[in-house]
Amino acid sequence: MKIMTCPLNGPRNISEFAYGGEVKDLPAPDCDNETWVDYVYLQENLAGVVKEWWYHTPTAFWFIAERDTRTDTILKTYAASEVFKERVDFQAGDKE
Amino acid sequence: MPFGLLKFGLNKGHPVPRALPAASDLRDSYDIVIIGGGGHGLATAYYLAKDWGITNVAVLEKGYVGGGNTGRNTAIIRSNYLTPEGVKFYDESVTLYKDLANDFDMNIMYSERGHFTLAHTDSAIRTMRWRAEVNKHMGIESELVLRDDLQKMVPQLNYSEDVRYPIMGALYHAPGAIARHDAVAWGYGAGAAQRGATIHQNTEVMGLEITRANGSPQRITGVHTNRGTIKAGKVIQCVAGMSGEVARMAGFKLPIKTIPLQACVSQPLKPFLDAIVVSGSLHVYVSQSSRGELVMGGSTDPYGVYMTRSTLDFKEGLMMHMMELLPFIGEAKLLRQWAGMTDMTPDFAPIMGETPVDNYYVDAGWGTWGFKATPVVGKRNAEMLATGKVPDLIKPFALQRFHDFQLLGEKGAASVGH
Repeated sequence: MKIMTCPLNGPRNISEFAYGGEVKDLPAPDCDNETWVDYVYLQENLAGVVKEWWYHTPTAFWFIAERDTRTDTILKTYAASEVFKERVDFQAGDKE
Repeated sequence: MPFGLLKFGLNKGHPVPRALPAASDLRDSYDIVIIGGGGHGLATAYYLAKDWGITNVAVLEKGYVGGGNTGRNTAIIRSNYLTPEGVKFYDESVTLYKDLANDFDMNIMYSERGHFTLAHTDSAIRTMRWRAEVNKHMGIESELVLRDDLQKMVPQLNYSEDVRYPIMGALYHAPGAIARHDAVAWGYGAGAAQRGATIHQNTEVMGLEITRANGSPQRITGVHTNRGTIKAGKVIQCVAGMSGEVARMAGFKLPIKTIPLQACVSQPLKPFLDAIVVSGSLHVYVSQSSRGELVMGGSTDPYGVYMTRSTLDFKEGLMMHMMELLPFIGEAKLLRQWAGMTDMTPDFAPIMGETPVDNYYVDAGWGTWGFKATPVVGKRNAEMLATGKVPDLIKPFALQRFHDFQLLGEKGAASVGH
């Protein structure tokens, strides 16, 4: 089985992981519809090196992996904290 | 005898008929350029010539005709989908398929088998009943059969309670069929070529010529290929698996993720299984080909790659479930394995019609439901390209639906968890 290195748990079978989508910038909550469409539905879907969210299911740990989709090789995995340094706080209901 | 054969072979009186004319030079311009020489692209060229008399058409194929995902599916044809839009659309396809061999004057080995979608849970039975009612309302033969009846209709399956997912019933779709997928592509290709369309194999699209206004793409005027640039009136992309990459050349993004779908066949066995059997819960579908091989597929891979590699994980998972359904299969050997690249959309429905670029059309998002749609796609794409209007039948599949938040939710699709 293919092995993926989890930043928290080390090398594990890839069946322990779940793919979680492309790493995209979160739009501002009050952005227009087109920006949301782009964020929610549209995909880069690149044939090449991609940066994606992955999830280690048994330990509920989200991290980032860089893969080459043309060769099915995992190039790099690292904790999301290396990219997202600041906490994002969502404030519900302040748009009313 | 060998001399007799040699003499026959060299005799000019028995020329081997060519399905496709020999390679020709690219013309400077075409009225319509179709990117992708698979089933969909060739069918579009075929109906453009046959229904509309438009033959200044080029089909550009980077490899060889039918060498992509057209020849990588498990060749199942059915119309018992869930949404009314889907049912209407796939039903026209089944109708066209039935006459296709006559149309081509070529045997596509269309074989009506009856299609059974197994239900293993109460909620699956409810969904089957829902699907059967939608289907019947649209005039499609489709009904729910419960376990006792099913056992009489498909006695080959394992009806034991001592399995992980005992069989409770099935959605039965009598017109469910299989056909030879290569023959469908060849038939459309040969028919299109005979009527005057040009098919260029080994011709890869490298870029698109698009006019721009205020920085945004406006209108397509030409196509750059590895054999030179051609002018084009209208262009359509029919490139399952590479849809995102080609759309990128046109300057827009699609809601598509490219994910491989693997399949395999067993060694030939005596004919024993007439029906096509599918189980969404077990992620299995199986039919027996006229050669006796069991054609088997499962769910799409857990993550996307642009590759057609096969994995052991997939086969272990598939066979674990297959052995629940047909326990004897543990004794059989696998003969071939392969994978195709599927365009998975968020709502399991295709993307057809207009794009942000004028005169540039898209035929994509064919996930695990592309082969069965080949004839209707060709016919309606041709109508769209010829008249410049999107036919009502394919309007619900517009790319615009994602921008309007009007997704379809086609839960009748195969090989996907719902």
